[in-house]
Amino acid sequence: MTTVALAPRVAEGARGRVTIRGLTKSFGATRVLRGVDLDIADGEFVTVLGPSGCGKSTLMRIIAGLERQDGGSVAIGGRAVDALRPDQRDIAMVFQSYALYPHLTVRDNIALPLRMRRLTFAQRLPLVGRLVPGVRPTERAIDEAVRRVAAVLQIEPLLARKPGQLSGGQKQRVAVGRAMVREPRVFLMDEPLSNLDAELRVHMRAEIAELHRALATTFIYVTHDQAEAMTMSDRVVVMMDGRPLQVAPPARIYDDPEDIRVARFVGSPRINVLPAAATGRGSLDMRGLELPFDADLAAGTAVQAAFRPGMATAVRGSDPSGLAGVLRHRENLGSDLFLHVALPGIEAPVVVRVDPTAVADFPVGEAVSVRVPPAHALVFDAAGARLRPRASAAMRRHG
Amino acid sequence: MADALALPAPAAMRRRGFGEAMAALSLAGPAMALMVLFLVGPLVVVVLLSATDYQLGARSLSYVGLANYAEMFADRVFRKSLENTLIYVAIVVPASVALGLGAALLIEAGTSLRAFYRAVYFLPVMATLIAMAIVWEFMLHPTLGLINLALREIGVEGYNWLQDRRTALFTLCGIGVWQSVGFNMVLFMAGLTAIPGELYEAAAVDGARTGLDRFRTVTWPMLGPVTLFVVVITAIRSFQVFDTVQVMTKGGPNRATEVLLYTMYSEGFSFFRTGYAAAVTVVFLVFVLALSLLKTWVLNRRVHYA
Amino acid sequence: MRRPLGPVGAVLRHVVLMAGAAVMLAPFVWMVLTSFKPQAEILVAELRLLPTRWAAAENYATAMTRVPMLRFLVNGAVVTAAIFVLQVLVNLPCAYALAKLRFRGRGVMFAVVLLCLLIPHHVVAIPIYILFHQVGLLDSYAALVLPFAISVFGIFLMRQFFMTVPNDLIDAARIDGLGEFGIVWRIMLPTAVPAITAFGIFSVVAHWNDYFWPLIVVGSEELYTPPLGVAFFRLNDQGTEYGPLMAAATIVILPLVAAFLVAQRRFIEGITFTGMKN
Repeated sequence: MTTVALAPRVAEGARGRVTIRGLTKSFGATRVLRGVDLDIADGEFVTVLGPSGCGKSTLMRIIAGLERQDGGSVAIGGRAVDALRPDQRDIAMVFQSYALYPHLTVRDNIALPLRMRRLTFAQRLPLVGRLVPGVRPTERAIDEAVRRVAAVLQIEPLLARKPGQLSGGQKQRVAVGRAMVREPRVFLMDEPLSNLDAELRVHMRAEIAELHRALATTFIYVTHDQAEAMTMSDRVVVMMDGRPLQVAPPARIYDDPEDIRVARFVGSPRINVLPAAATGRGSLDMRGLELPFDADLAAGTAVQAAFRPGMATAVRGSDPSGLAGVLRHRENLGSDLFLHVALPGIEAPVVVRVDPTAVADFPVGEAVSVRVPPAHALVFDAAGARLRPRASAAMRRHG
Repeated sequence: MADALALPAPAAMRRRGFGEAMAALSLAGPAMALMVLFLVGPLVVVVLLSATDYQLGARSLSYVGLANYAEMFADRVFRKSLENTLIYVAIVVPASVALGLGAALLIEAGTSLRAFYRAVYFLPVMATLIAMAIVWEFMLHPTLGLINLALREIGVEGYNWLQDRRTALFTLCGIGVWQSVGFNMVLFMAGLTAIPGELYEAAAVDGARTGLDRFRTVTWPMLGPVTLFVVVITAIRSFQVFDTVQVMTKGGPNRATEVLLYTMYSEGFSFFRTGYAAAVTVVFLVFVLALSLLKTWVLNRRVHYA
Repeated sequence: MRRPLGPVGAVLRHVVLMAGAAVMLAPFVWMVLTSFKPQAEILVAELRLLPTRWAAAENYATAMTRVPMLRFLVNGAVVTAAIFVLQVLVNLPCAYALAKLRFRGRGVMFAVVLLCLLIPHHVVAIPIYILFHQVGLLDSYAALVLPFAISVFGIFLMRQFFMTVPNDLIDAARIDGLGEFGIVWRIMLPTAVPAITAFGIFSVVAHWNDYFWPLIVVGSEELYTPPLGVAFFRLNDQGTEYGPLMAAATIVILPLVAAFLVAQRRFIEGITFTGMKN
C-alpha cells in the first residue's frame, strides 16, 4: 500500500469539490435532513459523524444519487448533479455490507464498473459480445486496470475467487478496489469498517488514510464511530437530527465543541455535565464551587458546565476546593483508571481519570473530591449552545 | 455560483422519479397484464357465467339469476358429488397427515437408512399420478391384480374394488393417502429440523425421561403450527381430486365416486353446460377459498411464533 | 429424537418403516415387473413376481410404437421447459419491482398477487377455455403453455427471496452503471439461483404431471403430453394389454423419477421449500 502506481491525476483544483446547499429530505412525516450546507474541498477527507438516525447515511445516498432530495442541491466539481443518475456522477461508493456481486469473481467484481462504462450493450452480451469488433483491446485495458488496482491493494492472489471465499478484510479491500478502479472524483464510504473485528478495524483505518494520501481524491466517509472520524479525517462533520452541528478538524471538535450535543457525542468516556448558575460577578457557581468565567450573564442564569474525565483530578476525602462525592465504582483499564463519583442529588456519576497506580488510594464507598481546573471547563447555555468568556470570544472574532 | 446551486432542479428531479416508475411499470407490466388476462378476469367471468344459461358455442346467453344454483342443490348428482368430495377430504386429510407425521418422526429417530426411507416415501409425490392411477387400476383388478392375488394367498376374498359401490370411493381415498404421505412427511421433517436441539436438552434436564415425554413436552408443541398448516394444505389438495377419478372410475359406479371437479369437468367439457359448470366451479372455489384463508391465517400466526 | 433409540426401538423402527416402504413401493415394483412379463403370464391369476419368459423388449417396443410415445415425451419436455422459461421471464422482473422499487401502486399490485394466490387454476379453466376458443388457440402448444406463464406463486416466492437481498447490492450496481433491466438479469437472476432452482423443480414436477389442463385444451394426438399419452394408450387397447401399458406408465414416470433419484436432496428441498410457501 505504500507505493501507489496509479496514473498521475491532472490537478484541476475543482475536480473533486463537493458543494451542498440547503439539502432537505423527509421520509413520510420524519424529517431526516433539515437543511444541510457543506463545502468540501478537492482532495479533502471529510467524515460525517453522528448517531444512527441522524441523517448521515441519507446525506451520503443523496450525494451518490441513490436517493432524491426534497429540496436543495448537490454539485460535484462545480457541476450540479441533481438530475444525474448515480453512474453519471463520477463517484464511487464503498458499502457497509461491501455489496460485492456474489456470483462474480473478484476480478469481475472490480472490472464491472469499467465494463459498464467502456463496452457497448452489444459488446457486453454473453458469448456474442466477444465477437463484436473492438472488444479485445478494451477488455485488455480493463484487465490491466484491474491488475493495477489489485497490486495496490495486494489482492492479486484473490482475483479468481468469489466473494463467498473471502474473509471480511479481504472483501473490504475488494470493495475498495471496485471503487478505485473507476478513478472517481469522489469516494463515498458508508461505515465501511463496521463489519470488521476490532483489530482489523484499526489496521484498515490506517490503510484507508494512507490510500487517501496516495490518491489525493475527495473522500466522504460516514461513520458513527468517533475513533474513525478522529483518526482519519481532515475535517469532521458532526451531524444530529438532520443538521450538521459543527464542521471542524478533529482536534477542534474534541477540544472546542460548539454545542453540548457535540461535546457529549465525542469523547469516551463521555464528558461530565453539571448544572451551574452565573453569579453576576464574572464567575459561575457550580454546586458551591466558584468557577471564574467572564461573560455577560445576569446573576442566576442557569448554564451547563462540562469537563472531560481526563481534565479533572480526584483526591481522597473531602476537599473544599473540589466537588464532594462518594466513589461508587472503579474501572481499571490498565492504562487508565476511571473513578465513578456519585454527587448528591445528581443522577449520573461524574467520571474522573486518574493514574492506575493510585488504585489503592481510592477504596469504593469512600468520600472523594473532584477538582475541576477552570481553564478546562466548557460552558454551554441552557439550550446547549457554547458560551465563551469575553476575552477568548473577542480573540476568536479577530482570529 | 453557490446561490444558483441553492435552487433545486425540480423538473429534472421529477424526471428521475418518473424513470423509476417507468422501470417498475415495464418490469412488472407483463406479469400484471397476464395476471388480469388469466386470473383476475377469468375469476370474474366464471362468477358472472354462473348466473347465465350459457352453453359453449352458443351465440347468445341470458341472465338466469340463481337458477343454476337452485338446480344444482336440487340435483342428486351434485349433492352426491359434494358429499363424496367431503368424505374424500375427511378421510385423506387425517390419514395422510398422521402417517406423514409418523413417518417423519420414525425416520428422524434413527440415522440408518434415513435417506433411503425418505426417498421411498417421497417417490409417489414425484411420479405422474395419471400413470400411477393406471398401475393402481391394474393392481386392483379383481382377478389379475396384485391386491386380490395377495389376499387370496392368505385366504381372503377381495372385492372388485373400483366397480363396487361400497369400496370405490374408499379405494380412491387409499390412493390419495398413498400419494400425499410423502409430501406431508417432508413438510414435517422441515418442521422437525427447525426445533432447536437445546430444547430437548432442556427437557431432559427438567426430567423428561422417555421418548413420549420428549414428544409431549417439546416435539408436539413445536410442531403444532406446522401440523395445522399441513392439515390445511392437504385439505386444499384433496379438494382438487380429479385425475384418479377421471381415469379409473369416471365418477362411477352409479355416482359413487363423483367429485366436484369431475362434475365440473363433465358438465362443462362433456355436456358443454357452461353456465351450470361455472356454478359448480363457484362452489368449489368457495370451499378452497375458505381453506386458503385459513391457511393464510395459520401462516401469519406461524410467523409470529418464530 | 436427538437421542439414539435402544436396540429394540431401532429394530422396531426398521420393521415399521420397511412395512410402509413396501406399500409405497409396491405399485412401482409391480409396474416394472409387469412391464417385463408376456401377456400370457400376466393373465395367469396367481401371484408370481418374476417373469419366467422376459418380454421387456416387446413390451417397451409396443409402448413406444403403438402410440407416438416419443412424441409425447418431447411434447412434455417442450411444454414444461417453455412454461418454466416464460415463468422466469415474466415473473422475475415483476418480483424484483415489487421487492425493490418504490412506485405508486406497488401495495395494490402486491395485494392483487396475494389475492390471486388463493385461486386454484381449475377455477379459471372454463373462462380461459372460452377465451382460447374465441381466438382459435385451442389445441395448440400455446394453449398448453400460455396460461401458466403467469405464476403468482413464482412472483410471491421470488419477491420473498429478493427482500433478503441487501439494498446495498442494488445500489452498488446502480453506481456501477447498470440499469434496472441490467440489475434484474445480471445481478438478481444469478443471485436468486437457489430460489429459482427450487421453483423450477416445483414448476417442472407440476406441469410434467398435469393432466387436467391438457385434457381440456388438447384434442389432437400430436400435441399430447405424457399423462394424456399414457391415458390415451390405455383407452387405445381397452386396457387389456397390461405388459405394454405398464411399460408406457414406466416410460412416462421415468424422467422425473430418475431426476429425483439423482438429485434427491435438491428435489426434496425444492418441494419442501415451495410447499411451505404455497
